[in-house]
Amino acid sequence: MIRLYDYVLSASCYKIRLMAALLGVKLKHEAVDFHPGRAHKSVEFARLNPAGTLPVLVDGDLILTESTAMLVYLAQLLGRDWLAPSDPKSAAQVQHWLAFSGRLAASLGMARLHDMLLYEGNIDAWRAQGHAALRELEAALSERRFAGGVWLVGDAPSIADIACFPNVALSQDGGVSLDAYPSVRLWTRAVRALDRFVEMPGIHRLHELHPAPEVV
Amino acid sequence: MIAPQVLNEWYPVAMASQIRAGQRRLTQLLGDPITVEVQDCAIVVTGQGGALRVTEAFGHVWACPGTPAHPLFPIPEALETGRRLVDVGVVRVKCSPLRAVENFLDIAHFPFVHTDVLGAEPHTEVNRYEVNIRADSDEVWATKVTFYQPQAAKSAEGGIVTQYMYRVPAPTAAVLYKTCPARPDAWDVIGIFVQPLSEELCDVWPWMALYDDTTPQAELIAFQQMIFLQDRSILENQIPRLLPLDPGMEVPTQADLTSIAYRRWLKKRGLTYGAQMVAA
Repeated sequence: MIRLYDYVLSASCYKIRLMAALLGVKLKHEAVDFHPGRAHKSVEFARLNPAGTLPVLVDGDLILTESTAMLVYLAQLLGRDWLAPSDPKSAAQVQHWLAFSGRLAASLGMARLHDMLLYEGNIDAWRAQGHAALRELEAALSERRFAGGVWLVGDAPSIADIACFPNVALSQDGGVSLDAYPSVRLWTRAVRALDRFVEMPGIHRLHELHPAPEVV
Repeated sequence: MIAPQVLNEWYPVAMASQIRAGQRRLTQLLGDPITVEVQDCAIVVTGQGGALRVTEAFGHVWACPGTPAHPLFPIPEALETGRRLVDVGVVRVKCSPLRAVENFLDIAHFPFVHTDVLGAEPHTEVNRYEVNIRADSDEVWATKVTFYQPQAAKSAEGGIVTQYMYRVPAPTAAVLYKTCPARPDAWDVIGIFVQPLSEELCDVWPWMALYDDTTPQAELIAFQQMIFLQDRSILENQIPRLLPLDPGMEVPTQADLTSIAYRRWLKKRGLTYGAQMVAA
């Protein structure tokens, strides 16, 4: 069974939990006391991941420590539809968004850790970089909408969407509002409407898409 | 000008183990900067006017910026052998400290905010329960609370009807007692200790005293953090930001008995830091 070293509030860990859920695969979760215990910075954890970051995915003798690599691995293994078309342009665009998701983590993600778990750093710079990234995303998604598309690459959701979704959907946690980004908001709704979608704290499911509860 | 009643209460300001490990915490209490640190083997809290009264309890450091009106409230269960004491760690929330406590006392939101964990549709009804202010301790207590929960605790397997008691022993602290899946004859105890940084910003320290010998510590922490972080985004969007103590905009229902008692208790005792006195 594939094991995920996991922290419930981590946007990067959630990327992998979400991908696995969408693929319909169960992972074995190993909870790591990231906060307040900082167990990811412990000597024991360094043996698994010298970078001291989460998540870590272990499948047999394969150890992955980059969440975008984990998305590629899970999709290659279990659902190649999630890789987007393999033509040169689409393949390059997927790589673009996988790398771009790192910028989201370094801006919106850090702003969230600052506001929520008291990480120290330049909050104004993180928020400004977050807005800059969101403007790029908004422009790209608006172009896609004008062309009749919903997803970042191709006609179906892909690992590109899953890589970018968590830190965007959690931006409010770091004091960055999505009010100015209507295409981004519509796209986050599309992700939340996916079959087998799972939530995390701060990202709510779309209650209205579920069957209405019986009147009691 | 902060009322003396507010200054004479105890407030959580740090996790004791982190300060004992050498961390120096520069933070705020009721709008004023404070430092929490170890000096000569003792935990010291220093404010602008000098040292604050300090006590250590339930894994946390508590400080009183005025002259303590009474000792810090007890949680007798914390001393029972066999319980796991879990410091869940700090989470910052942009809300009134009183709103953070009030949310902890609310049951009706479980199916909508903690969906499939602490509640689920269509089991949304809050059954009648009892609320009173205990004369001996001057605490708000809600008893005979019951609610259907799909996963009441990390140790719960499947849905159960959970029994609860809620208690407000201090203006910014609340403690709940709930059915312990592992030991039906005992209560699990979960506290929420809220440090008022300002009237609209707080650091929240959840804490637990559980009977659970099997779940790894990291999973217990993760479970409670998951629950509290589901509340955080709701708390940060509540309007008005201060807790209204005069009936005006908000119309309470039967399910809000505890909240109403808490608000009246705050008002009667003049504990209005983080509260709004006139209906907006």
